[in-house]
Amino acid sequence: MERLEIRQKVLNENDRVAAALRQRFAEQGTAVFNFISSPGSGKTMLLERTLERLPLGMNVAVLTGDIQTDNDARRLARAGYPVQQITTAGACHLDARMIERALANWPGEEFDLLLIENVGNLVCPTSYDLGEQAKIAVLSVTEGEDKPLKYPSAFFKSSAMILNKTDLLPWVPFDCKAARANARAIHPEIEIFETSCTSQQGLAEWCEWLVAKVDARCVAA
Amino acid sequence: MHEMGIVSSVLDAVHRVAEKNPGRRPSKVGLRIGEWAGVDLESLRFCFDALAPSEGFRDLDLEIDYRYRQNRCQRCGLEFRVKDYEIQCPSCLSDNTIPAGGEELDIAWVELQE
Repeated sequence: MERLEIRQKVLNENDRVAAALRQRFAEQGTAVFNFISSPGSGKTMLLERTLERLPLGMNVAVLTGDIQTDNDARRLARAGYPVQQITTAGACHLDARMIERALANWPGEEFDLLLIENVGNLVCPTSYDLGEQAKIAVLSVTEGEDKPLKYPSAFFKSSAMILNKTDLLPWVPFDCKAARANARAIHPEIEIFETSCTSQQGLAEWCEWLVAKVDARCVAA
Repeated sequence: MHEMGIVSSVLDAVHRVAEKNPGRRPSKVGLRIGEWAGVDLESLRFCFDALAPSEGFRDLDLEIDYRYRQNRCQRCGLEFRVKDYEIQCPSCLSDNTIPAGGEELDIAWVELQE
């Protein structure tokens, strides 16, 4: 009997495709963000509000993943930007190949910003690199403030956490300070935004951060 | 939830090892899985047992080398297990520590029988 050392990442095929995507995005000067959260945290509405606030002339596209239906793509398309729904037909996450295939439907297009709304799930999407510049974790105040501790990988791998639905704070026992402390315990450098898509609170600050990232990327390319 | 996909990738890798080593049969595959890899071990074993026979591996065993979350102290260099998200160095009490393991999701080795 012989033991062969392999030392290979289980998801190395996905990582390979993601690395090629990342290279392509760098060459094209596309900033790419991968939004992950539990189902119902308000990712789609956050993206709707974000699209409304982006500077005119910014070339933006959106990919939105769900297990079934194209409801989210229809909602997002109202902003007038190119949107594609990726239905995973059961899979609990997007993978790099799905992104590659979706981009092939926009031949010759180069974007300044690509927003990817992952399937609502705080576990599996963290394992699958999509070639993004950064992951953004969305946590709504109707969830528990200990979510960062329960799902550390999602918050550890995200550059920013958005505490969403803050307009509901008067009616729910959510402790924003504890949520922030929990996220920072997992990831001390994580950026934190508090937003409400209903009252518009915090959206300007979040969009400013996002646009600065896009501008930095375009200059770098 | 994505354990089936993980098992499928593992079995693909074992198939490739088998192809490169004609005449020998893979008998065991070793995975290295970190505490923060987001993998449920029980579910992974279940998927492995369900999928391996249909992929042509009737007697393939699975061994898991589970790795706890580790941080390394930037001041004194100590590597320590992170328990309850406490990242402070237990030796010199510095808070300046960085992740040093516990996210692994690797195929470590494959055992081959003649």
